[in-house]
Amino acid sequence: MTRERTDFWVGLFILLGLIALVFLALRAGNMSSFSFAPTYRVAAHFDNVGGLKVRAPIKSSGVVVGRVAAIGFDNKRFQATVDMDLERQYQFPDDTSASILTSGLLGEQYIGLTPGGDDKSLKDGGEIQFTQSAVVLEDLISKFLYNSAEKQGSAPGSPASNPAAPAASAAGKPPGQGAPAAAVVQPGAAAPAAPHAQ
Amino acid sequence: MITGLGAFARLFGAIVARSSVLWRRPRLTAQQVHFIGNHSLLIIGVSGLFVGFVLGLQGYYTLNRYGSEEALGLLVALSLTRELGPVVTALLFAGRAGTSLTAEIGLMKAGEQISAMEVMAVDPVRRVLAPRFWGGVIAMPVLAAVFSMVGIIGGWFVGVMLIGIDPGAFWSQMQGGVDVIKDVLNGVIKSVVFGVVVTLIALYQGWTAQPTPEGVSRATTRTVVNGALAVLGLDFLLTALMFAN
Repeated sequence: MTRERTDFWVGLFILLGLIALVFLALRAGNMSSFSFAPTYRVAAHFDNVGGLKVRAPIKSSGVVVGRVAAIGFDNKRFQATVDMDLERQYQFPDDTSASILTSGLLGEQYIGLTPGGDDKSLKDGGEIQFTQSAVVLEDLISKFLYNSAEKQGSAPGSPASNPAAPAASAAGKPPGQGAPAAAVVQPGAAAPAAPHAQ
Repeated sequence: MITGLGAFARLFGAIVARSSVLWRRPRLTAQQVHFIGNHSLLIIGVSGLFVGFVLGLQGYYTLNRYGSEEALGLLVALSLTRELGPVVTALLFAGRAGTSLTAEIGLMKAGEQISAMEVMAVDPVRRVLAPRFWGGVIAMPVLAAVFSMVGIIGGWFVGVMLIGIDPGAFWSQMQGGVDVIKDVLNGVIKSVVFGVVVTLIALYQGWTAQPTPEGVSRATTRTVVNGALAVLGLDFLLTALMFAN
């Protein structure tokens, strides 16, 4: 084979490899969702970040507006500090609230931003004041048991020997767990914990 | 075995030390990329296609039990880019390109061509081994990428065309779950490491083969066996390093 023909086939080979890599990166991978848009950094403090990871999406109204840049621990306030990179084209009011939500039932966790009504906007280096921590499954369960134990206690029966109560009161009511958890607990409260008391 | 390992390491050092042949006589390396890479494309491509088909089928049957058929794209892509692409390509590479390298160099030795080069003051490691080493190292990641791409297309064909999974779900779940850095790049790094190891083993076995027909035959067998063992062992090591949480 002449030199030029060999070079041609080798060149074609390398080109095929590059095409394969580009295909993998763009069509199979998530590179098309890499945004090279300029961002500004905002911090928020949470009591519990749950399973939030770095590079988790930050969504507002379900649309990705940024990514989590870093997760750290503030030793003075004993809270988790989450640094977020928000795209510069999206401005949020100063009283925006951030909550850690789960996509689907058992999916990945992300931060959801709910805009407030303030005129001033968050700037680079600003901080989100209103936060809601992740829902921890164990707290949810103990809350459920505590609630059903309360229901047992208020009915005529023996509230004293109820094994659910000590466990629930030990876990306590975690601060900041808002309405959604209680609403889930109330409807199905009574029946499942019944066998213990009786 | 320990002396063998030492000789292996010394040959590795000798080849890397003569890497200047890459830019002084690039044509030698280009020719080797052609012999090693282009001539492997057919087997890699067809194997990739069929592995993709099988992944699509088996993946569908298993995911169907849990109602998650839409995740087939993700399953096929992750299996290929993380593991099957680099490893199966390396095994096929050891079988096809590795044995041909070993046989070629073993027969050069048997035909006293290496000694003739030394007599002519041509460094045989520089003239013969180094271009083949770099040819293998360049060809392997390319072949692994082609394998993964063809496999994903094969999985798409079986899943979307034959079985009827929604194509939007197929691609979007894949794009959402395959990370370019953690999955694709790690797969490329694996394939480069495998390329180095398999090519080196092939060259070493050829270089130290007995200059007889049985010697060459035993050397090619050792290339495939040692190469396969090394690839699978390194794959476990690299996976533990790269994908640990």
